[in-house]
Amino acid sequence: MARMSTMEQQSQQPVTGTEDTAVVVDGMRTSAITAVDDDGGRPRRRRSGGMGTRTKLLILNAVSIIGGIAIWWLLALNGFQLPTPPEVVEKAVQLWNAGILQEDILASLGRVLAGFLLGSAAAIPVGFLMGWYTVARGLFEPWIQFFRTIPPLALLPLVLVLLGIGEIPKIVVIFLAAFLACVISTYQGVVSVDRTLINAARVLGAKDGTIFARVVVPASTPFILVGMRVGLGSAWATLVAAELLAAQAGLGRRMQEAQIYYDLATIFVGIVLIGILGLVMDRLLLFAETKLTGWQERR
Amino acid sequence: MTTTNPATATDAKISVREVTKTFPLKGEEFTALDRVSIDIADNEFVTVVGPSGCGKSTLMNVLAGLETPTSGEALVDGRAVSGPGPERGVIFQQYALFPWLSVRKNVEFGLKVNGVPKAQRRERAEHFIEMVGLQQFADALPKMLSGGMKQRCAIARAYAVNPSILLMDEPFGALDALTRVKLQEQLLDTWSREKRTVMFITHDVDEAVFLANRVVVMAARPGRIYDVIDVDLPYPRTEDVRLSPEFGELRNRVWHAVYHQEPGVAAGATSH
Repeated sequence: MARMSTMEQQSQQPVTGTEDTAVVVDGMRTSAITAVDDDGGRPRRRRSGGMGTRTKLLILNAVSIIGGIAIWWLLALNGFQLPTPPEVVEKAVQLWNAGILQEDILASLGRVLAGFLLGSAAAIPVGFLMGWYTVARGLFEPWIQFFRTIPPLALLPLVLVLLGIGEIPKIVVIFLAAFLACVISTYQGVVSVDRTLINAARVLGAKDGTIFARVVVPASTPFILVGMRVGLGSAWATLVAAELLAAQAGLGRRMQEAQIYYDLATIFVGIVLIGILGLVMDRLLLFAETKLTGWQERR
Repeated sequence: MTTTNPATATDAKISVREVTKTFPLKGEEFTALDRVSIDIADNEFVTVVGPSGCGKSTLMNVLAGLETPTSGEALVDGRAVSGPGPERGVIFQQYALFPWLSVRKNVEFGLKVNGVPKAQRRERAEHFIEMVGLQQFADALPKMLSGGMKQRCAIARAYAVNPSILLMDEPFGALDALTRVKLQEQLLDTWSREKRTVMFITHDVDEAVFLANRVVVMAARPGRIYDVIDVDLPYPRTEDVRLSPEFGELRNRVWHAVYHQEPGVAAGATSH
């Protein structure tokens, strides 16, 4: 599968990711924030082939995963300084039994969820305000345009100085990452609501409030969900980096520590877990997206 | 045959008086409508045909209350139009169905926002869905429907709030020729059973003649009424009517008025 080309496409225009390749390496997501153009494309439902294509894709996915692990294993056995897959699994079990892994996962998940949920919760109303009221747009836009050109991580030194090394600064940085991705997408969704639909509602007797709730909100939902998915990826990427710098627990922290002791297996456990957790969360959002925006015409 | 003249304007269902609409366009003023006047009687079916840029859609938007005239006024039932109202149903070329709502929910939309209780909503929606023959698709989303079915759904949605006027902006413009003819017949059938005052915008001369009591031909630059042609053909308009020599003759007249316009002529604006 053309993974690379899909990734490039993803980072240029995150809203058109395809179902099976939207979950690219999470690190790629950081670049995605700055890549959401104001005139970015509209979210589209992906074309789904018949059952045949779907099954074929699943088989190819499985082959690809197994093949990848096999290559890793072969490299590890042939002199490369990599732990073998069983060694990584063994390490994971060991860390789990020691209670360390759970603690790390909880710490990381807590941070990501707090930052991501707060970020999305703030982004959606702000995005709506910007799309609906010229005043709000005029006031918010310069700041959002300014901050979206700065990778949230670049603010970490400042945030650390101002807010110390507790939980707050990490959540603030993750919040920013999620907020910026989602706010632009929501705003884009509101301004691209089809005028005809608004007129149709109006001539049927709907007033502004009703039009907002019954037309603008549902019509923007696909954009919001795409923004949330990009925001989530961006939150993960930011999290790990934030933990690398300063944290008591967390997957990023654990990897940082392992680096000092040359503990490659632990680093692998961290990488794999971050990938899997990101994937699971993205799939949950994708599921919500399918449920909420299945009405879209496929083009 | 219903023909109205400006002298009896107060009786008219729709009365457009000296309506002018200008837009700023690249620093200049673009006159979409230039002192357009027309009266439409109750239950009359008027089609408006003309070249692009003649302001026919602007005229409809003024009547729908989606645009305000620069000068002049549009009256409905003797009252000046100041915004959209439930007595005027609008059908758009792009269907404008809410894609996240089923056919039934789309048809119920206008009733819901006007506070009609659920049971009543259901019943009325059911009636109009049946009227346009979409019973089997009542719970389908718009994406499942063909263009013709979407427009039938939009017609049911407009009818559901019980407007006395239907404003239709090239509703069949995006459909293929066969579907178009079928929908024209269905529309007339519906109209004969549920009489409404209809203003129907089109760019298709055949369609304009086939549907109307009266064809209003507009001219562009500035947008104005060029000619008004009465269609003295009996309803129901069957295929025989469509293929009759009388139909052909009227079509030729309208065709000529649309495609061979003499510059500077304006029927509506100079009539009084």
